[in-house]
Amino acid sequence: MATVKELLLSKDPAAGIMIGNTAVVRAMIESGTRVVTAYPGSPTPEIATAIATMPAARRPFYFEFSTNEKVATEVALGASLNGHLSCVFFKSVGLNVAADSFVQLSHMHVIGGMVIIIGDDPGANSSQNEQDNRHYARLSYTPLFEPGTAQESYEMYKEAARLSQETGRPVMVRMTTHVCHAKEKVTFANWSGSPPDFAPSFDVANGPYVPVAGHVFPLKKEALANREVVRKYANESPLNRFIDNGNRVRGIISAGLPARSAQDVLDGVPNAPDILALGIVYPLATNKVAAFLRGHQEVKVLEELDDFLEQEVKSVAYDRSIRSRIVGKTTQDDWMGEYTPPRVAAVLRKTWPDLAIEDDPEPVREITPRPPQMCPGCGHRTAFHAVKQALGSDAITVGDIGCHTLGYIEPYGVGQVLLSMGHSMGTAAGLRLFNESRKVLAFIGDSTLFHAGLPGIVNAAFNRHNLTLIVLDNGTTAMTGHQGHPASGDNFNGATEAIDIESMLRGLGISSIRKSDAYAVKRLVPMIKEALEEDGVSVVIASHPCMLKEVREQRRAGVFKDKMVDVSDVKCTLAYSCVSEFACPTFQVDDEGKVTTHPDLCIGDASCIQTCPSRAITAPRPRRQEEDKSWPLNVLRYT
Amino acid sequence: MAVERFEIYMIGVGGQGIGLLSETLVRAADKAGHVVRGVDTHGLAQRGGTVVSNLRLGEGAHSPLIRPGHADLVVALERHEAVRGGAEFLKSKGTLVYYDAIWQPLSVRLRVDPAALQKDVEEVAGARDARVVRIFDDELSDSRMQNVVVLATLAREKLVPELMSEHYESALSELLSGSVLEANLALFQRHLA
Repeated sequence: MATVKELLLSKDPAAGIMIGNTAVVRAMIESGTRVVTAYPGSPTPEIATAIATMPAARRPFYFEFSTNEKVATEVALGASLNGHLSCVFFKSVGLNVAADSFVQLSHMHVIGGMVIIIGDDPGANSSQNEQDNRHYARLSYTPLFEPGTAQESYEMYKEAARLSQETGRPVMVRMTTHVCHAKEKVTFANWSGSPPDFAPSFDVANGPYVPVAGHVFPLKKEALANREVVRKYANESPLNRFIDNGNRVRGIISAGLPARSAQDVLDGVPNAPDILALGIVYPLATNKVAAFLRGHQEVKVLEELDDFLEQEVKSVAYDRSIRSRIVGKTTQDDWMGEYTPPRVAAVLRKTWPDLAIEDDPEPVREITPRPPQMCPGCGHRTAFHAVKQALGSDAITVGDIGCHTLGYIEPYGVGQVLLSMGHSMGTAAGLRLFNESRKVLAFIGDSTLFHAGLPGIVNAAFNRHNLTLIVLDNGTTAMTGHQGHPASGDNFNGATEAIDIESMLRGLGISSIRKSDAYAVKRLVPMIKEALEEDGVSVVIASHPCMLKEVREQRRAGVFKDKMVDVSDVKCTLAYSCVSEFACPTFQVDDEGKVTTHPDLCIGDASCIQTCPSRAITAPRPRRQEEDKSWPLNVLRYT
Repeated sequence: MAVERFEIYMIGVGGQGIGLLSETLVRAADKAGHVVRGVDTHGLAQRGGTVVSNLRLGEGAHSPLIRPGHADLVVALERHEAVRGGAEFLKSKGTLVYYDAIWQPLSVRLRVDPAALQKDVEEVAGARDARVVRIFDDELSDSRMQNVVVLATLAREKLVPELMSEHYESALSELLSGSVLEANLALFQRHLA
C-alpha cells in the first residue's frame, strides 16, 4: 500500500486504509483548498498529522496552527475573502472560543468558499463536556453536514466545499470522535493538480463586509435566504440516505455514526424499521422528512446528545398536520454519552420492546479502572510535589486545560477547579475576593497561556488582584501531540522567533516573576511560598521539557541514554511516598509490599530521587539492553 | 472473502505501542482480502490510560465499534487489560491472546485493589468458554517490541482467518524501515517457529 503522502498527493484515483482525519486532507486537496488553519484539540489533531506527511514544498495549500480557534477562523475567513477556498478545523469546545467570529460568517460573502470542520466529542473522551455543536449551525444559519465514516468524511468535505463556493457562504462539517478516528479503505478520485490563482481578489463590492447599523438586516436576510436555498438542495441530495428495510409502519430518523450503529444492531432483525440517515443535518430536508413521516406510523428520532433533530422533525409534523407517532428522547440518560451500538440497541429496545435485537452480554466481572496519568519524568509531577509542600491544606488551587489537568487525579488533587482554556486567572481572581484567609494559586500551561490565558493575566494586573500564577512550561502543546506554540520557537512550517514568556509578562507590568526548573523541588517550594506572601500578581515559571517528546526525539536521534533508577532494599523503609505521593507510574508494589521500578516505564530522569524520605531510590544506571539504545519507538501511525 | 465476520478487540496501556499492532493487523487483513473497518483510541487516554483498538473484518459492518461480548479475538498487551478486554468484549468460545506484561494501575500501586493474576485472565476466558494464549518472551531486549511477538503468535497460531505470515510481514514492511524493520522481522520470524 502506498504511504499516506503518496495517497494524498496522487494525481490518479487511489485507495488506502486511513482514518477520517486523513481522508478529509485528500478532500481538501481535490477541492482546491488553499488555506487551512487550526488549533490542536482532540479529536482533530491527526488532520494536521496527515498534512505534515506532505513535504512543505509539495503541500498544495498553506497550513498553520493559529494561537487559538478564533484567530484560526479569522485567518481562514480572510483567505476566503481574497478568493481562496479555506478550511478551519478544531475541537468541539474550540467553537466556543471561535464563536464571536464564527457567528458572523454566515453574514459574509465568502467568495472563495469556507469549510469549518468541527470535531465533536460525544462521550467527552478528551473534553470537558460533550456539547452538541449542531446548535451553532442553527444559531448562525450555517449549513451542517455530518459524515458517519472515513469515506463519507472525504466525500462530504468535497461537497461542502463545492456548496460553499457555489453559495458564497460557509459550510460546517461535523465529525464526531469515532468518525475522525474511524479506519477503512477510502477511495479517492483523481486530482488535477492545476496551478492555483493566487491573485488577491478582495473587493468591497463583494460585500458589504462591515455589518454596521443599516447593513445588518440585509446581511441577515441573505443568510436566511441562503438557508432556504440549501434546504432545497438538502431535499434533493443523495447525502440524505433512505435505507429501505421494507417497513411501512416503523421508521428511524438518524444521522452520522448513530445511524451506522442502528444499521449494525438491526442487521438480521425481523421487521427492522426503515432508516432515514441524514447527511445534511442543518437545514433539515423538510420535504424528505415529511415524506418519511407520512410513510411510517411510528418514527423514532435516534440522535446522540441533544434533541436537535427531534425538535425540527416534530415541528415539520406539526406544521404539515402529519399524525405519525414521533418518539424522541424519553429520559435524561438519552441526552448523555455516545450512541455506540450497545447504546443504540438499548434505546431501540426501549422504543419497540418487541424488536428482536440481540443482547450484549454483561461483563463477566468488575475491573480495576486505569485512569490516565502524567508520564514518567513529567515536570508537572515535581512541580505539583513542590506545590503540595508549599501550600497549607486550606489553599485553593485552580487548574487549567492541558496535561497538568491530570494533577487533579489521585493522588495529587491539585487544580481543584477547571472550567475552560485559559480560565484559571479569572476564576482565581474571583476566589480571592473577600478572601484574606485562604491562599489562591492558579496554574496554566505554556500553550494555553497564549491561547486564552493572557486576558485573565492582564485582568489580574489591571484590577490589582492578589494572585499567584504557576506557569507549567513544558515547551510544547503536549496533550494534543506536541504541536509548536508561540514560545516554543517552531511553528508548523519551521523555526520562528520564540516569544519569551518572562519578558512578555514583564511587559504586562508584572514584576514578581520567579523561574525554576520544574524538577528542582527544593528551589520551587520557597519560591511558591514567597510568591504567595506578596501583594499583587506574582508568577512562578516552572519549566521542564515534555519528557515524552524529549525521549522520543532523543531515541530517534540515537542519543538517548537508556537508564533507570532502582529502589534499594536496604534503605527502603516502606514509607510508600514514591507510590502514594510522588506517584510516578514506574513504581510498582509487589505481593509482599516491596517497591520496585518498572523497566518498561522508567526513563532514568531521576526526578524522583529527591522525593524519597529514606533516600532509597538509587541513581540511574544503564539497564540490561544497553545495546538497543538507538531504537526508535515503533508506534508509527504514518510512514 | 470466505469468512463472514471476524472481530478483533485490541487493548493495552497508553505508551505500549498498540498503534503498531493495530496498524499492522488492519493492513495485513486488507492484504488477505478482508473488508476492514475499525477505530483506535486517541487523545487523553494515551497518557497512561487504557487504550483500545477495534478491528472488524468482513462485509456488512457499519460502525467501527465492536459490541460487548462480540469479539472473536481479544488481543491484550498487558495482564490487567487482558482481564478488562476479556471480561467485556470476548465472545463465547472466542480466543484471548495476551502478552503477560504487568503495568500496575494506580489503585493497585496504592494497594487499594489487588494486582491481576494469571488465573484472573484464565477465569475471565473460562466464563466465556474461550481459549487463552499467554505470551511472554523473557529474552526480549526491548519492551517496545512486545507487539511484534504478539503479531508473530497470531500468525503462528493462525488466529485470524486467512491471514498468513507473509501478510503480516508485508504490512510490517510498509510501516517500518531500515534496521528497525530488520530487527522486527527477525523477531517476528523467530516467534513463528
